Amino acid sequence: MAQAAGGSRRAFLIRLVQGASLAASAGLVWTYVLRNQARATPFALRPPGAVPEAEFHALCIKCGQCVNACPYDTLRLATAWESMPIGSPYFRPREYPCLMCPDIPCKEACPTGALSADLEDIEDARMGLAVIDTENCLSWQGLRCEVCYLSCPVRGKAISLERRPGVDGGLARIVPWVHSAHCTGCGICENRCPTDEATIRVVDGSLVQGRMGAHYRLRAHDPAGLMVFDPPPEPPAVDRGVEGRVPGLDALNLGDWP
Amino acid sequence: MTDVRHEPGAEPGPRPVRLYGLPDSLGGKLWVWRYLILRRLTQFLVILLFFATAHWAWNLFGEPLISGNLSASSVVGLIPLADPFAVLQILFTRHVLATEVLIGAGIVLAFYALIGGRVFCSWVCPVNPVTDLAGWLRNKLGLSNALHLNRSLRYYVLVLALVLALVTGLAAFEWVSPIAMLHRELIFGIGMGLIGVAGIFLFDLMVLRHGWCGHLCPLGAFYSLVGRVAQVRIRFDERTCTKCGECIRVCPEPQVLNLNQAARRGLVTSGECTNCGRCVPVCPEASLSFDLRPLIQRHNQMSNHYSPRRTS
Ligand code: SF4
Ligand code: SF4
Ligand code: SF4
Ligand code: SF4
Ligand code: SF4
Repeated sequence: MAQAAGGSRRAFLIRLVQGASLAASAGLVWTYVLRNQARATPFALRPPGAVPEAEFHALCIKCGQCVNACPYDTLRLATAWESMPIGSPYFRPREYPCLMCPDIPCKEACPTGALSADLEDIEDARMGLAVIDTENCLSWQGLRCEVCYLSCPVRGKAISLERRPGVDGGLARIVPWVHSAHCTGCGICENRCPTDEATIRVVDGSLVQGRMGAHYRLRAHDPAGLMVFDPPPEPPAVDRGVEGRVPGLDALNLGDWP
Repeated sequence: MTDVRHEPGAEPGPRPVRLYGLPDSLGGKLWVWRYLILRRLTQFLVILLFFATAHWAWNLFGEPLISGNLSASSVVGLIPLADPFAVLQILFTRHVLATEVLIGAGIVLAFYALIGGRVFCSWVCPVNPVTDLAGWLRNKLGLSNALHLNRSLRYYVLVLALVLALVTGLAAFEWVSPIAMLHRELIFGIGMGLIGVAGIFLFDLMVLRHGWCGHLCPLGAFYSLVGRVAQVRIRFDERTCTKCGECIRVCPEPQVLNLNQAARRGLVTSGECTNCGRCVPVCPEASLSFDLRPLIQRHNQMSNHYSPRRTS
C-alpha cells in the first residue's frame, strides 16, 4: 500500500518534471522567436509620438488604427517575415514620408499609448534623425541642390545651409547641415533628395548619435545647446512680400544666409 | 426537477434510435446548414467591415465605421474595442496602457462572457473557416490522427504566453499569433503571415483533427475560460435524446457533449463549447437547441409535458 503510494508519487513527480521541461523548452524556442522578431531591425521608423522602441514593442497592439488615421500613404503595418518587427506600424520616407499633420491624427487614433498622448506639437516629434552622406551630396560636392533644405518643413532649423570653401579652389560651396535639436525625422528631405539613392536619410538617432560626456566643457554653444562649427542661420523672419514668392527665387537668391 | 421527469405517464419509454440524414430538398439542406451559413456570413462581414473602413473609407456620421482590426479597433470613432487576451498579455509586460484600450477590452470581455466565450472562435475568428475546411477535407479523405495531444494543452500554452510576457516584456502570443497575422494581413496587406495559417491547415488536415483550435490555441483557451459564465448555451433535453451520438460526431469539441453530465444539468456547461450550433440541426430528436441559461431549466421542465418533437 505504502509502496504503491510511493510509486504513484514518484510517477507524479516524474510527470511534473517532464511537463516542466517541455514547458521550458517550448518557452525557450518561443522566447528566441520573440527576441529575433523584436530585434528584427533597428531601422524601423515609427509614427510620431512613438514611445522608446522597447516600450513600443510592448505597448503597440498592432491594430493599425494609426495607419487608417493617416490621411496620406505614409504608414504601413509590417507583414510577417518582413524586415520589420511583425505587425508594427512604420514608414519608409523614400516611399512616402510623414507630412507632419499639425493635428497628429495617427497619435490621436492610438488606443494603447504606444503613440504617446504627450506629443502635442508635431515639431516635437522625434521619429528619427536625418543624416547626410557628404560624399554623395550634390551640394557638398560643389553643385547647387539644397533640395533638402528647401523641402524641410522645420525650415531653417532642422537643416541649415552653410558656406564652405570650394572644391579644388572652385566656387564656394553651400552645404546642408542637419540639427538634431530640431529634426523631427519626418523624412521629407529623404523623399525629395534628387540623387539616385537618397543621400540624406532618416535613421533612428541612437544609431548615429554619440554622447560626449558631461565633463567636456565647450566654449561655443548654439542656442539649442548643441555645438556646431558654423551656427545655423536664423530662419527667414520677415515677410519678404511678393518678391519672396517669385518662382526661381529661393532662399539662396535672397541672401538671407550669412 | 427529478420528480418532474419521473411523473407517471410522462415517461415516453424506450424509443428506436434514429440516425441523422441530410434532407434531399434544397430548402431542407439550407435549414440544416442555417448556423453554418450564418457563421460564414458573420466571419465574412467582420473582415469586410474592417477592410472597407481601411480601404474604401466606409463611415457613419463622417466617422470611420470600424477602424483597426481584431486586436483593437474603434467603432465610429466612439466605442473602443480590444482583444482582452492581447491586453492581458500587455498588462503582464508591466507597461501602463492607455484607458481607451482597457475599456475596449472590458467591452469585448463582457460581450463574450454574455453570449459565450468561444462564440469568437466559431463566429468571428478568421482561422475558423480554414480549420473547418481542413476538418471537412480530412473527413472526406478519411484521414486518421497522426498524433495524440491532450485538449488541456491549450491552457498550458495560455499560461506560458503570460509567463513569457512577464519575462520578455513582449505580448508573447501577439507576436506569433497566426490568427492575428492572417486577420491583419487580410486587412492591411498580404504578406508571409499566410504561412502561419497554411501551417494550421496542414496540421489540422494531416496530423490531428481540430488540432489547432481544439488543442493548442491559447486564445481559444482564454475564451473557454470566459465562456464558463456564458448565458447563451446549448440546452439539452434528456427526455427526447436517444443517445444516437450524432451531435458528438459533428462537434469540434466532442468532450463538451458529455451527455450524462448534460442530462443532470440540462445544458452543455463547458466553456469549451463554441456555440457553433453544429449539433443543433443534426439531432434527429431535436434534443439540442440554443437557449438562455436562466430559462433553460424551465424550458426543459416544460418540454417534459409535451410529446417529443420529431424532425424530418
Ligand atoms: S503626422 Fe500625419 S502624415 Fe505623419 S504619420 Fe501622422 S498622420 Fe501620417
Ligand atoms: S494605433 Fe497604436 S497600437 Fe495601434 S498599431 Fe498604431 S501604434 Fe500600434
Ligand atoms: S537634397 Fe540630397 S543632394 Fe541635395 S543637398 Fe540635400 S542631401 Fe544633398
Ligand atoms: S527629416 Fe529632413 S525634412 Fe524632416 S525635419 Fe528632419 S531634416 Fe527636415
Ligand atoms: S456542443 Fe454543439 S454548439 Fe457546442 S461546440 Fe459542440 S457542436 Fe458546437
